[in-house]
Amino acid sequence: MKFTLGWLKDHLDTTATLEEITFALTDLGLEVEGVTDPGAELAAFTVGEILEANPHPDADKLRVCRVATVDGEKQIVCGAPNARAGIKVVVSKPGDYIPGIDTTIKVGRIRGVESQGMMLSEREMKLSDAHEGIVELPADAPVGARFVDIRPFDPVIDIAITPNRPDALGVSGIARDLAARGLGRLITPAVEPVAGVEPSPVPVYLAPDVAAEACPLFLARLIRGVKNGPSPRWLQDRLRAIGLRPISALVDITNYVTFDRGRPLHVFDADKVRGGLTVRLARPGESLRALDGKDYAFDGSETLVCDSQGPESIGGVMGGLRTGCTGETVNVLVEAAWFDPVRTARAGRRLRVNSDARYRFERGVDPEFTRPGIELATRLILDLCGGVPAEVFTAGQPPATARSYRLDPARVVSLVGMEIETGEQARILTALGFVVTEAEGGFAVAVPSWRLDVHGEADLVEEIARVASLTRLRGKPLTRPAGVARPILTPGQRREGQARRRIAALGYDECVTYSFIDDAAARLFGGGSEATRLENPISSEMSHLRPDLLPGLLRAAARNQARGFADLALFEVGQVFPGGEPGEQTLVATGLRVGATAARNAHGTRRAVDLHDARADAEAALGAIGAPPAPMIQRAAPGWFHPGRSAVLTLGPKVVLAAFGELHPRVLSALDVKGPAVAFTLWLANTPFPKARGATRPPLAISDLQAVERDFAFVLDAAVEAEAVLRAARGADKALITEVTLFDLFEGPKAEAQMGPGKKSLAIAVRLRPTVATLTEAEIEAVSAKVVAGVAKATGGVLRA
Amino acid sequence: MDGITGLRDKYLTAIAAAEGEAALEDVRLAALGKKGEVSQLMRSLGGMSPDERQTAGPALNALKDDLTEAIGAARARLADAALDARLATEWRDVTMPGRPAGQGSIHPVSQVTEEIVAIFADLGFSVAEGPQVESDWYNFDALNIPPEHPARQDHDTFYMARAAGDNRPPHVLRTHTSPVQIRALKAGGVPIRVIAPGRVYRADYDQTHTPMFHQVEGLAIDRDISMANLKWVLEEFCRAFFEVDGVELKFRASHFPFTEPSAEVDIRCSWTGGQLRIGEGDDWLEILGSGMVHPKVLAAAGVDPEKWQGFAFGMGIDRLAMLKYGIPDLRAFFDSDLRWLRHYGFSALDVPTLQAGISR
Repeated sequence: MKFTLGWLKDHLDTTATLEEITFALTDLGLEVEGVTDPGAELAAFTVGEILEANPHPDADKLRVCRVATVDGEKQIVCGAPNARAGIKVVVSKPGDYIPGIDTTIKVGRIRGVESQGMMLSEREMKLSDAHEGIVELPADAPVGARFVDIRPFDPVIDIAITPNRPDALGVSGIARDLAARGLGRLITPAVEPVAGVEPSPVPVYLAPDVAAEACPLFLARLIRGVKNGPSPRWLQDRLRAIGLRPISALVDITNYVTFDRGRPLHVFDADKVRGGLTVRLARPGESLRALDGKDYAFDGSETLVCDSQGPESIGGVMGGLRTGCTGETVNVLVEAAWFDPVRTARAGRRLRVNSDARYRFERGVDPEFTRPGIELATRLILDLCGGVPAEVFTAGQPPATARSYRLDPARVVSLVGMEIETGEQARILTALGFVVTEAEGGFAVAVPSWRLDVHGEADLVEEIARVASLTRLRGKPLTRPAGVARPILTPGQRREGQARRRIAALGYDECVTYSFIDDAAARLFGGGSEATRLENPISSEMSHLRPDLLPGLLRAAARNQARGFADLALFEVGQVFPGGEPGEQTLVATGLRVGATAARNAHGTRRAVDLHDARADAEAALGAIGAPPAPMIQRAAPGWFHPGRSAVLTLGPKVVLAAFGELHPRVLSALDVKGPAVAFTLWLANTPFPKARGATRPPLAISDLQAVERDFAFVLDAAVEAEAVLRAARGADKALITEVTLFDLFEGPKAEAQMGPGKKSLAIAVRLRPTVATLTEAEIEAVSAKVVAGVAKATGGVLRA
Repeated sequence: MDGITGLRDKYLTAIAAAEGEAALEDVRLAALGKKGEVSQLMRSLGGMSPDERQTAGPALNALKDDLTEAIGAARARLADAALDARLATEWRDVTMPGRPAGQGSIHPVSQVTEEIVAIFADLGFSVAEGPQVESDWYNFDALNIPPEHPARQDHDTFYMARAAGDNRPPHVLRTHTSPVQIRALKAGGVPIRVIAPGRVYRADYDQTHTPMFHQVEGLAIDRDISMANLKWVLEEFCRAFFEVDGVELKFRASHFPFTEPSAEVDIRCSWTGGQLRIGEGDDWLEILGSGMVHPKVLAAAGVDPEKWQGFAFGMGIDRLAMLKYGIPDLRAFFDSDLRWLRHYGFSALDVPTLQAGISR
């Protein structure tokens, strides 16, 4: 909402400076977004008088002028056709900045003649587009006076209006706030009714479908014999200052009242209106060409103003072209009505029309100012366009908005936390137009008709707080918890942090990728269901909630590969969405390694990432969140992994703690990632949370007896899994065997050459811990035999010779 | 006795002259070996008279001890020399880079979230969570945002698709963390102090907006919590978060449907040469929206607004990270550019704590 300082002073008698006013506005909740002072750039320019204007010796269109200026007589070369002796002009001197041409001028020679300044046009001062000649000032303008003193400029203030302040959409309402703050006296002129000379010849009928709610009140007045032309300079200047284009006196008047009082109006050319007016809901399929020249089709929810030929305006939104006023309009029909905010908003939204009228009606126009609004418009039309008014035709009545709320002054102080005396509270509300009366437990406060936003005590508290000024608010300590602060994270929240930092410590860089991805990528990872589709995505790249973190990470990897980074370790901890209902989200942690384990180096440690890297990382992360060691391993990873090179780590047969493996080549190519790529995912909540217990650890049982380690190498079928060998060895003697580790794998052509086709060898180390006495060689032999037998039974493996 | 002195001199000289383990061993065998000169003399003690033995015995034993010790010392000397010689051959290029190991990093959003949690934990706030797909009741109605409110329109809110025949109002991607207020109150009742950090979504994408970003909600409800308490909490938070003692906040009246009175909060700062300094200068930077929880919101969450009151606030986590760590572009947060992650990210072990300082 824009207005000028001068306009404000029509409503506010104040000695406050511009700075005081803008501070107060922002502090009151009418946030100043900008102040522009068109005079600010013109302060250096002064009044001059052309004493003599002679032809330029070398240029037909130029004149060499002697000009009386603040610095004495100067010679100025000028090309303006109106430059002649005797006129008063605006003079700039060398060194002045000329805003309209974005130049700082200096003494120059124009076609060989020295010019010691410049006489300015409106365009050169950015006052308008006029450039037909230099500005001619009144003859009595004193030479040497500042231009901005001869023709004062009005600073333009632009404020943001929150949705709860319909009253501030008119300059008068803004002035009321400032007066309540104590920045002056409210002097908004009262509106005097204008008597009509004839009964209204244009009847208005409110159809039953609008009379109750959509348009309960519609006033219309015919004024005959007006002369519509350009509006006067003062009105044009004001409208232009706030960014509106002057059109004609009749239209400018409606705009003026809209901004001056927050009261939208409409004017019809009465000669184009056929018969009386009917206000009714639109019928589906009807349409109208509006004043903006566009055609609008209605669905039946809009309020229309119609004559016998059909729709002629969209109530509260925009008038129609057919009945609009033009320069030839002689008889004008003025409309002031009250349109329901919700319906107006819906219509404007559906039709995609933004207008100053819609903006005000959808926030709530003062219903009691409907009649003063039409009287004010009448007065202005009579003053500016002449004419003879008929009586106002009144259809319906203003909606009942009278209401009153209880206010407890002690509650105000308790909520705001600032001492605001009871009397001051009452004064503020009264200054804002509320009617305050003493009542049991405080005040009864009646709400003025222009505050349709106020619906209870809390709204009154807000009014008092903002006028009393929250800038004055001083912080008061909130009582702190007694003693040492208690832990506040839930086990799940703590776990999320542990997983995140452990994975980062493994060398992964954490990413935060979007929660929505494209349909195709979602489908690759089991998503893309209708339930997870966004109705209104901002792009097709972001159409579905992610079913998994991998598509986001893989796309991130592809972008980084395109930037020349081949070796990547990226991870994310976040929610994935198996469905679209609230709560259908699962917290997972996913790591992705692409390329090689290390940068190229002289130590030979660089190698392609493989599934075993992913498993080690998954197990490290599981360890960090307290998962039990040695979960089961099953070939049951999701389909986006390589079918032969992936698995899940489970607790029992069902609870999946993590998946890991190489990614499926089809997935990589679909997402433009150059492999190899391996990944792991932890379902963080699937690892059981420890049962509540003390911090005490179980006692450490260590034996002083010497542990024994024995190595075994088995020849096995190549398809036998290491886990089967390890499990069999572990199970051979649960009392004595504490650890079995795999330390060698021998496979491939060389191995087959030695051990036979389809064979490989695995070597394991078995650690025995004696419990009662150091193991004898015989006891060790016995356990060894059990290991060999166990492995043979489970896998068919035999000891390698 | 002269013989013993002679032997001592002879062998000590030989020991000192031995130039290697082998030579030293030869000397040892010649003196102390089974057939060694000294050993033989020791054996001759048996044939001496008691008086002779009385003097010769100790002398011979002393000789043996001296030689043994000298040999031990010589052995150590030789071993040292041999080690030195070996080490001299074991030169390596110490300027070779080490074997590379991945560093890893924590995203600024995660780091700053932990910083915020650490500070509010000290003030007794716990961490509440809620779903990112929300019902329109939790996201709007319960927060006193009526159906016709502009914030509910398509151009701001992401709606989930509704299957044909499902006539429930469509769910939304939560547009703010405020619905967690309702969920936390319904779950835990009053009094309450919680913060709720998390992802939020708005249909907006330009220089300074991304369709997803992070907010932290704050909520404190008790019998007599006031807006002045809110200001203190925010002042304390900013002081701790920006680690600047002279933090100055300004409350500016504003409007949010779910708080009343409402205030936007500005922080005093200076911008010089593109660098932000909190707590000095003449600029004011808007950092958050806040206010006293609207009675209708309390009622929607099952709390009696006649008996309970308190404040709520919402801040942008990404924005706080940008301000604190001088990160220029919001969109880069979600682009996963390795160069950005490594430049603006944090070490895995830099856990923000109050005792160690929360900034890095």
